[in-house]
Amino acid sequence: MDAVTNAVPASLEVSGLAFAYPDGHQALFGVDFSLARGERVALLGPNGAGKTTLVLHLNGILSGGTGTVTVAGLPVGPRHMAEIRQKVGIVFQDPDDQLFMPTVREDVAFGPAAAGIKGAALEERVRTALERVGMQDFADRPPHHLSFGQRRRVAVATVLAMEPEILVLDEPSSNLDPASRRELADILRSLDVTVLMVTHDLPYALELCPRSLVLSDGVIVADGPTGALLSDPELMRAHRLELPFGFDPKSVTMGA
Amino acid sequence: MGADGGTSRASAAERGGAHRLYRHGHSPVHGLPPHTKLAAAFLFVLVVVSTPREAMWAFGVYAVLLASVAYHARVPAGFLLRRLLIEVPFVAFAVLMPFVAEGERVHVLGLSLSVNGLWGAWNVLAKGTLGVATSVLLAATTELRELLLGLQRLKLPPLLVQIASFMIRYGDVITDEMRRMRIARESRGFEAKGVRHWGVLAKSAGALFIRSYERGERVHLAMVSRGYAGTMPVIDEVTASGAQWRHALALPCAALVVCLLGWML
Repeated sequence: MDAVTNAVPASLEVSGLAFAYPDGHQALFGVDFSLARGERVALLGPNGAGKTTLVLHLNGILSGGTGTVTVAGLPVGPRHMAEIRQKVGIVFQDPDDQLFMPTVREDVAFGPAAAGIKGAALEERVRTALERVGMQDFADRPPHHLSFGQRRRVAVATVLAMEPEILVLDEPSSNLDPASRRELADILRSLDVTVLMVTHDLPYALELCPRSLVLSDGVIVADGPTGALLSDPELMRAHRLELPFGFDPKSVTMGA
Repeated sequence: MGADGGTSRASAAERGGAHRLYRHGHSPVHGLPPHTKLAAAFLFVLVVVSTPREAMWAFGVYAVLLASVAYHARVPAGFLLRRLLIEVPFVAFAVLMPFVAEGERVHVLGLSLSVNGLWGAWNVLAKGTLGVATSVLLAATTELRELLLGLQRLKLPPLLVQIASFMIRYGDVITDEMRRMRIARESRGFEAKGVRHWGVLAKSAGALFIRSYERGERVHLAMVSRGYAGTMPVIDEVTASGAQWRHALALPCAALVVCLLGWML
């Protein structure tokens, strides 16, 4: 997976990122990794490993530690904040937090409208984004009347409408029934953006992401093909990663 | 980011997010842009309130005007009258006025009533009822969401409109959270039976407040992530043509004529 060598700038480049919360709790101790354009990568790690802290650094919500984050060649910092937030689309874990407008259509339009897009161009953005997640028939429904899986899909659409360079998903499969899980997987596979998926759903990571990073105690401890990482019992045990009962990563044939 | 999702949507049966007050329809009144209806309703109430209470016939004419709006909006009389009941606790006070007010008294059926009090009661009752009827008609013909767009268009402070729109969006979410907390309490054998249990209820209310507050923080994070910088972007621009304004303002203008006649006669 040495994908950084081509001419296109990496979608995401994190180097030497360290961060401590104001209460003194240090969450990140020098994180380095890089994602090439179009890659789908899983960020694995036990609870409390610093995954959420890392995610909030990607679009500049948290900052003030050392190290740098670069998105498509653009450094994350106060100078380019609006552009960075357009390029990095974060889908949060609870869709009720993400969908705050009265109707699905307005919610999807929120990001592009905040960026100054109006009228027919805005309608077009909303329509395409909803079509990509198969929710075009629900545009005028209020988000709280949708099923959980549908709300998660709309949450993805709200971010896609901003045409991001990289899509960051925080626990995308949590609370989904198996059918919604599969539908979401199909959607994610059909997108041509870079995806960083934060999860501890290991089979889902194996299904969708050829490459994985393991974050543990604030550092990246492993970076490689997902199948190989999951088949390494030493690594898995050392970082509190456990496969579901009866799941053998070696027995899975990968389509991706 | 703690998620407490996976919620069942018990109330999701009613389609389209329509509020109970709203009555779906395609009448000419439903079709008017929300801000024209808001302005018309507000002006109408202003005119009604500034009518002298002695001009009793004027209030009759107002009622007829409202009835004709209801007819055009195809809102049935029964629906309107039932919704008017909300007024009852507020006008109960008016009924007391003839008994307690000072001044000249008249005797009706053996009761001694104050003339001033009677006028006062009539004033409150007539103006109150007309005001409530206007609001009920407005709510029956305008969706909540449209009302917000209308308020935004009428240049109400944007922060107020944002707060109102979040109330609509998260009302159900918080009610649902409250319901889950109640089920959790009852599943562990708790039943609120009296003063002794108020402590538990108060703690639940506190927990609900903190959960809602934290949700507010997460929502804000999500908004900032999508480029929110203090103002809501305008997504739906509502506009009204001159003809639409004329239709909407016909009601307060007619009322104004009646009001002026009321002062002169």
